[in-house]
Amino acid sequence: MEIVLAIGIGVLVSSGVWLIFRPRTFQVVVGLSLLSYAVNLFIIAMGRLKTEAAPILAAGGGGDPGRYADPLPQALVLTAIVISFATTALLLVVLIASRGLTGTDHVDGRELDR
Amino acid sequence: MIAPIAVPLFASAMMLVLGGDRRTMNATLNVASVVALVGIAIALLQRADASPDGLLDVYRLGDWPAPFGIVLVVDRLTAMMLLLTSILALATLIFSLARWHRVGAHFHSLFQLLLMGVNGAFLTGDLFNLFVFFEILLAASYGLALHGSGTARVTAGMHYIIVNLVASFLFLIGVSLIYGVTGTLNMADLATRIPAIRAEDRALLETGAAILGIAFLTKAGMWPMCFWLPRTYAAAPPPVAAFFAILTKVGVYIILRLWLLLFGDHAGPSAQFGGELLLTGGMATIVFGTIGCLASQDMARLTAYSVLVSSGTVLSAIAMGPIGMTGGALYYLVSSTLGLAALFLLVELIERGREPGADLLAVTRELYGEEDELDDPEGTGIAIPASIAILGGAFICCALIISGLPPLSGFIAKFALLTAALNPQPDSVPAAAWIFLVILILSGLATLIATTRAGIYALWASSDRAVPSVRLVEIAPIIALILLCAAQTIQAGPVLRYMQAAADSLYTPHSYLRGVLDAENVPQNTLGRTR
Repeated sequence: MEIVLAIGIGVLVSSGVWLIFRPRTFQVVVGLSLLSYAVNLFIIAMGRLKTEAAPILAAGGGGDPGRYADPLPQALVLTAIVISFATTALLLVVLIASRGLTGTDHVDGRELDR
Repeated sequence: MIAPIAVPLFASAMMLVLGGDRRTMNATLNVASVVALVGIAIALLQRADASPDGLLDVYRLGDWPAPFGIVLVVDRLTAMMLLLTSILALATLIFSLARWHRVGAHFHSLFQLLLMGVNGAFLTGDLFNLFVFFEILLAASYGLALHGSGTARVTAGMHYIIVNLVASFLFLIGVSLIYGVTGTLNMADLATRIPAIRAEDRALLETGAAILGIAFLTKAGMWPMCFWLPRTYAAAPPPVAAFFAILTKVGVYIILRLWLLLFGDHAGPSAQFGGELLLTGGMATIVFGTIGCLASQDMARLTAYSVLVSSGTVLSAIAMGPIGMTGGALYYLVSSTLGLAALFLLVELIERGREPGADLLAVTRELYGEEDELDDPEGTGIAIPASIAILGGAFICCALIISGLPPLSGFIAKFALLTAALNPQPDSVPAAAWIFLVILILSGLATLIATTRAGIYALWASSDRAVPSVRLVEIAPIIALILLCAAQTIQAGPVLRYMQAAADSLYTPHSYLRGVLDAENVPQNTLGRTR
């Protein structure tokens, strides 16, 4: 499972980075979204991958912490998802404003001279 | 203690409920909240200074004990930064009441949210909580940078948002790497665990710390991660840009706090990790900022490059190491932030009376050696209008502060820095200190040249310009900021002593660790990860 997740994160990051360097604003936004997915997966991975382990201790007994999944990265990832979602939405608004003001979707607000 | 976060939060929520249309009420609420914050910050500062080990208080959110819950910590440094923030907020807010708060919606609530984010970032003792507060302040700053709209603002703002989003992702990666290795996010807990990290995990931890550092340094504007900064700051509305002067200092503050806490001398094999890089980067930032100052053709951009010089100076001074130097760096940080904010506000008043592009023409004219044909026989005998005189005087004061000439506080700051750099051991002055000295003095000279040139063109040369109409509410905050710098100069002894005490407690974080972790006797590692 680890190798699948690692490859997935790697593919997401590389596509995201490539897209960020593109000149069109929409490509940049998609690149940022891909990067945020990769980062979220990465945070989960840092809590160690476990299957069929509950993050919440069973009622009445703590017992062996090794049997439980780490709840903290899951909480962190929730926060990170919300925040990156909100900032991406904000960026989309700015993108549309910029498109309206400059008449082009180039990130610099003007086309390169050919 | 929670008040610096809670007050702006409630104020901003109330403004949103009231709606963006009731400007007077919103403005009143905003001013009241900021004044309350100034009061709170002064109270915290006095209490922090009075307490013996400099650590005032640890506030446990939800009353969870330290390594598990999130804590807010106030020590001397935090209290100082809170006070600086609230004073700056008050000045910029009053300035913006004259005109700027009317050019777009929700200025006041965004302003309060920005304050909340900045205060929270200063207060928090938890890495992930720091991320949340960073995002709050960034989200509010996106809104404020775009305040008033316009093509230049939107384009620059878009770059700003993208750069900061990428930096936030780096922040998250760094935080999760550190969590993966140490199993904690509490800063104090981290500091106690780092010396005991196993050798094979150390590389991973340092990678995480380095990635985290890149995220903060991007926000602090260290070269080569600073290219977004001058454009955004020059394009942002002036009161907002003046308040943004504190945003780069948030990055600097975090570096100062985390680096000395996690990688101080007590950190075992990881001690001083990345110090040389920080030193080189800081100096490169000073050089880049100085060249930018000399090359910039309008005053807002000049000020934005001065922001870079200022954060570069503080960063390299922190990395140089001796405690005296850090005290001087803190003094410099306060004085330069106040000076830069005053300059940002002042630039807008000076620019107001002139047509756009006048700076550009002036400098270009000089380059091509064309004669100035503007001699106006009638204009020579007229006394300088009072508002120009006030503006000019204020401009000279700002230039003195940021370039570090006597008699204002910039000089004392640089003097303290250089004295500490040259006197670690009387016999051997390290080469880095000499380089630092040369760069600092040269950058002071270059800043002086650049500001003088800009000032001459703006205030003396253009006799055909309309006299800018300046309202009292606009000039008063500028004069207040400059007077604060003057007060800092006159009271240099006590202020420096305070900074020195703050620096001392940064270098010996035992009281910080004790205060945070022993707030309650908790058996450690009860939930520690099994590996």
